[in-house]
Amino acid sequence: MIRVLWAAVAAVLLAAPLRAEIAIQELMSPGGVQVWLVEEHSIPFTALEIRFQGGGSLDLAGKRGATNLMVGLLEEGAGALDARGFTTAKEELAAEFSYDIGDDAVSISARFLTENRAASVELLRQSLVEPRFDADAIERVRAQVLTGLRQDEKDPRALASRAFDTMAFGDHPYATSFQGTLDSVAGLTREDLVVAHQGALARDRLYVSAVGDITAAEVTALVDTLFAALPATGAPLPEAITPNFPGGVKVTDFDTPQSVVLFGQPGLDRDDPDFFAAFVLDHILGGGGFESRLMQEVREKRGLTYGVYSYLADRDSAFWWGGSLNSQNERAAEAIDVIRAEWLKMRDAGVSDAELSDAKTYLTGAYPLRFDGNGPIAAILVGMQMQGLPTSYVTERNAKVDAVTKEDVARVAKRLMDPEALTFVVVGRPAGI
Amino acid sequence: MRLTSLFLGTFCAAVCSAMPGWAGAADERVTDFTLSNGMEVVVIEDHRAPVAMHMVWYRSGSADEPVGQSGVAHFLEHLLFKGTDTLAPGELSATVARNGGQDNAFTSYDYTAYYQRVAADRLDLMMKMEADRMRNARLSDEDIVTERQVILEERAQRTDNNPRALFGEQMNAAQYMNHRYGVPIIGWRHEMETLDREDALSFYQTHYSPNNAILIVAGDVTPDAVKALAEKHYGPIAANPELPPRLRSEEPPQTAERRLIYRDARVAQPSVSRSYLAAERDAGAQETAAALTVLAEILGGGQTSVLSEKLQFETQTAIYTGAFYSGVSMDDTTFDFVVVPAEGISLEAAEAALDKVIAEFLTTGVDGAQLERIKMQIRAADIYARDDVERAANRYGRALTTGLTVADVQAWPEILQAVTADDVMAAARDVLDRRRSVTGWLMAEEVSQ
Repeated sequence: MIRVLWAAVAAVLLAAPLRAEIAIQELMSPGGVQVWLVEEHSIPFTALEIRFQGGGSLDLAGKRGATNLMVGLLEEGAGALDARGFTTAKEELAAEFSYDIGDDAVSISARFLTENRAASVELLRQSLVEPRFDADAIERVRAQVLTGLRQDEKDPRALASRAFDTMAFGDHPYATSFQGTLDSVAGLTREDLVVAHQGALARDRLYVSAVGDITAAEVTALVDTLFAALPATGAPLPEAITPNFPGGVKVTDFDTPQSVVLFGQPGLDRDDPDFFAAFVLDHILGGGGFESRLMQEVREKRGLTYGVYSYLADRDSAFWWGGSLNSQNERAAEAIDVIRAEWLKMRDAGVSDAELSDAKTYLTGAYPLRFDGNGPIAAILVGMQMQGLPTSYVTERNAKVDAVTKEDVARVAKRLMDPEALTFVVVGRPAGI
Repeated sequence: MRLTSLFLGTFCAAVCSAMPGWAGAADERVTDFTLSNGMEVVVIEDHRAPVAMHMVWYRSGSADEPVGQSGVAHFLEHLLFKGTDTLAPGELSATVARNGGQDNAFTSYDYTAYYQRVAADRLDLMMKMEADRMRNARLSDEDIVTERQVILEERAQRTDNNPRALFGEQMNAAQYMNHRYGVPIIGWRHEMETLDREDALSFYQTHYSPNNAILIVAGDVTPDAVKALAEKHYGPIAANPELPPRLRSEEPPQTAERRLIYRDARVAQPSVSRSYLAAERDAGAQETAAALTVLAEILGGGQTSVLSEKLQFETQTAIYTGAFYSGVSMDDTTFDFVVVPAEGISLEAAEAALDKVIAEFLTTGVDGAQLERIKMQIRAADIYARDDVERAANRYGRALTTGLTVADVQAWPEILQAVTADDVMAAARDVLDRRRSVTGWLMAEEVSQ
């Protein structure tokens, strides 16, 4: 199945007649749950990816961290099983469930053996639908979250993220950590967790994909089993926000030898007609590996960092153009100057033919390399659903990259790159800033 | 919910990947042979996607470095992206990228490895460049100066900015009094600052040759095709008859308990760590290591482990506990514990609680049901592992550079399955002796009055 998908992508690369024969099945369960499936029967297990849109940004006022704590408790007792009973049952089945949360989604990744599928799905169902939120479990996980928060207060990278988010996102949930604060987490009650659970794990924001040893009939029955008892609608999703980038450098003093530097400026939406041109531009600037301009100028030529990267952030409530590096305190100022110079240079002169051509061959060649296992494919498919992309995207995506011209890149560079807005947030003791 | 990622840094020095507990599939996808110049080749087939992972592993890592040149193995790894007689600096990586591939390299105590992940039909080009890099690297003085700054930045990022990593360095240094595992992979800063072109070239000329290398190709490839390409590109490189044996100064028997306290203002959460010197997996003799692998899972592998049960559930002594053992190592490795105490519990009390749990375990023994669950997971790990051919490639690379054979890797799951409760207890009694341990407290700075 994976091979078929590659073949379709390769066809684009070679400009051969495109065969839209892709093995993703778009299914609708009798209960009304959409699921994308790739059947892969050569290994007797299934990878299942589940996303609930909203995630940490759904926290109610004064309850920051409630969704995070709730997600941390899903595997700490469900149905008739307490925390240890749940883990014991999972170990007996050799099933693997991971529960994760971000600003925009709650993510559940599961793997289970074909021989144990029914029992594994039932266990997973209990954790999603019937979490117990036992008092002792709440206290145990709360203590872990609080420890993480205390560590973040002395971790330069976490401090830099906080400073960046505070600056960029005003009163939007993105401005603060979805893990909450020491005070807010300390004040959360069991009732808050129940409310967070009802608000976050609802069917109106559910996305599911499966890859592995399972048929269409089996997977549609499976998703109905898993999700039928969840509420139809959840908490309202947050409003969009335009991030604030005032320009300049903001330093937070912290006694550590190496400064952590985050930078950002306005970006663009994935639906923007210039998105692919910007994507290629970002790759050339700092999105790629050793060959990116930032990596060449900051690391390879000057040795100012171990790594410097840029990225186009396309989150549910905001989009921006960001980047990061670490640089020892006495050298961070020079690193920032070099990045600024590259920003200007790119805005004014765009990219060369060779850079564009190299970026395209990399981006189009690397895309199929992502589809290299059941778990990775399931994660890609669920991500596509959340972005509203059709299944045909996997065959069309490389053509969009190839269609980008040097003029497109130059235009988007002029339109987007804004050295005045480009803002640096530094945590450390940088010299000369 | 687990906090593993927060605390693993304690044990990982410079370069450390999360070790799968017990993967090691014995299956028919693996073919191995040796070229006439002594270069070993392992081919792992997975034809589901037309992708190949091409790796060259050298049996040389930081523990093979000369005295006073800590970090030179890793420094050389960086410098080998700087060009050869026929490739300009950066051209190898740029060529891989132009072919839609990704490349990188990594260094550990016992090995250094270079890899490209690329469409399977580009294997010929990858081998051509990697074979070139084995003998024809060219290092300019300018590259040396710049790249030395890069590795110092890397050390700052991985270690100096991270109190848990600094603590881990001190723990290792205390554990290994005489063996190079006590020196960080990335190097001590004062020695890294002095590394020069001659140091790098000397390490290169000594260790980089086909008879010290292992080629691993995994993915949509056939053994015959890999053999033909390997003979074409790597075959012509002459073996190095001067290749030195891997002589390392061994640890003497530990006769005194060692203790240390590491204080750092950046520590928000104190913790106590304990390490014991322990046997590694040896070719044809992996039984003890298998028992220790199971022991680590029983004592500190997660929610249902003994430590978690006693210190997180029955009492609220700790917010996190863990036990760790990885047997993939040339020489003696360590068996490690960490306890992160709950609020209001001192490190002294946390350490006492750890010792009490260990002592009780040595008396009460293994819970049979827990052992059965672990066996089930070992069996499942072999199924899940078939979905990740690149992890399999890494598994073989690590094993073959630390003295194990393909047969050892393939026998490992069965050896794990055969571990009995008695084996576990015998291993536990042998290793968990405080007189042969290092205990470290990671603490915040004392507050002055």
